[in-house]
Amino acid sequence: MQNLGIDVLFKGTNMMRLLGGLWVSLRISLIAVLFSILLGVPLGILMSRKSRIIRAITRLYLEIVRIMPQMVLLFIVFFGTTRVFGWNLDAEVASVIVFSFWGCAEMSDLVRGALISIPKHQYESAKALGMNSLTVFVFIILPQTIRRLLPLSINLVTRMIKTTSLVMMIGVVEVLKVGQQIIEANRTSSPNAAFGVYGTVLLLYFIGCWPISMLSKYLEKKWNNV
Amino acid sequence: MSIIELKNVSKTFDAKKSNIHALSNIDLCVEEGEIFGVIGLSGAGKSTLVRCMNLLEKPTDGEILIDGKNLLKLSNRELRLMRREIGMIFQHFNLLMQRNVLDNVCFPMEIAGVSKAEARKRAKQYLDIVGLSDKAKAYPVQLSGGQKQRVAIARTLASNPRIILCDEATSALDPQTTGTILNLLKQINKEYQITVVVITHEMRVVEEICDRVAVLDHGVLAEVGDVKEVFKAPKSNAAKALLLERKIKQLEGDVANDI
Repeated sequence: MQNLGIDVLFKGTNMMRLLGGLWVSLRISLIAVLFSILLGVPLGILMSRKSRIIRAITRLYLEIVRIMPQMVLLFIVFFGTTRVFGWNLDAEVASVIVFSFWGCAEMSDLVRGALISIPKHQYESAKALGMNSLTVFVFIILPQTIRRLLPLSINLVTRMIKTTSLVMMIGVVEVLKVGQQIIEANRTSSPNAAFGVYGTVLLLYFIGCWPISMLSKYLEKKWNNV
Repeated sequence: MSIIELKNVSKTFDAKKSNIHALSNIDLCVEEGEIFGVIGLSGAGKSTLVRCMNLLEKPTDGEILIDGKNLLKLSNRELRLMRREIGMIFQHFNLLMQRNVLDNVCFPMEIAGVSKAEARKRAKQYLDIVGLSDKAKAYPVQLSGGQKQRVAIARTLASNPRIILCDEATSALDPQTTGTILNLLKQINKEYQITVVVITHEMRVVEEICDRVAVLDHGVLAEVGDVKEVFKAPKSNAAKALLLERKIKQLEGDVANDI
C-alpha cells in the first residue's frame, strides 16, 4: 500500500498548526453563535407578533439570508464594503459579521416557529389562572419553547461550524487553509500528504461537532421522558 | 342578583371573506350556586361564550357582569384578580408537564404570592378533595385522562374560585370516567357552593348534573330553561335535534347490547 501521507503531520509543528486552525474555526463560529442567540431570540419573539410591518421586514431579511450563498455574503462584506466605504475590515471580523447575520436570521426563525407551536390553550389556561402576560411568558411559554428550541439550535451551531470552512476564501487562515498550506509546502517530499492532512481535518471537524451533537441528543432524550 | 350576567353579548370574528358571527345578542343569567349547562353542536359558539365569561375572548358588543361588576370596565390588574375567582378547566387539562402533581396545584398560589409551605399545605387538601392524595409526586404523563382532569380541578380550586367554567371538560374522557368527573363537580358545587358552568355537546352531561341549560344554535340563544322541562318539551329545533341524537345513540347502545 502507498504511503498515506500521515507522516507530514508529525513534521515540525504541523499538528499544532492544524489545531490552531481548528481553534480559529471554532472561535469564529462560536462568537457568531453568541451574537445569533443574543439578537436572534428577541427578533424571533418580535416575529411572532402579529404586526404586518414587522412581519414583512423580517420576512425580507430571512429570504435574503436564505437565498444568498454564504460565500457571496462574505465577498460582499469583505471585498465590497471595504472598497465602497473605505474602511479596513479584518477578515475574521468580516466572517463573524456574516455568520452572525446568517445565524441571527435562522435563529429568529427557529424561535418564531417554537413560539407559535405552543398551543393557544396554554396561554388561555394560564390567563384563566389570573396570570399577567409577563408571568405567562416566563413561566409557561418560555420553558416549553426552550425545550423545543434547543435541539434545533444545536443543529444550527454544528452547521455554522462546518460552514466556517468558507472563510478561507477571504484569507482567514483556519483549519482547512492550514491543511492546504501544509500540503503545498510538502508537495515534493510527500506527494500523498493530501489524503493524510485532509483526513485529519475531517477528523478535527468531527471532534468539534460530535460532542455538540451528542449533547443535543442527550437533552432531547432527557426531556422526552418527563 | 345573578352571579354571571351577559347582556346583549355579540362576538364577531374578522375573517378574510366574510365575518363570522360567533355570538349574536346573547342575554343570559347564571344564578349563584347552580350548575348551568350550555349545549350546542360544534360551531354553535359555546366555547366563545364561555371564554367571554372570563374575558379570554373579548366580546365585540354587550356587557359581561360578574357579581354585578362589568368585566369590560376593569383594569388589567382588577381583571386578573377577578379571573382568580373564576376557575376554568379545559378539554386537554393543560397541566405543566415538567412539574409534578403537587407543584401543578401549588402553581397558581405561588403566582398569587402565597408562601411555599402554605401553598403545599393547601394543595394537599385540594388533592384530597379530588381523591388524588396518593399521586402528589407523580408527573402528568404518568396519569390517566381522568386523573389529569382531577389535577386540573384541584389547581382551579387552589385559587378559591366562586365560579368554575368547564370547557368540554369531559369530552376527551371515556363514559365511565366522565361519570366520576361529573360527580366530583357536583360534589364541589354542593359542598363549597361554587357555581359551575358546563360547556358540552353531550346531552348526557347536562342530564346528569345541570340544574338549568341554555341551548346555542349558530351563535343564537335558542332556548333556556330547567333541564327537566327542556328535556320533556324542547321548544327549539336545536334542542330537538340534540335530543334526537341522544335517543339514536341510546338505541344504538341497546342494539349493541342485544347483539
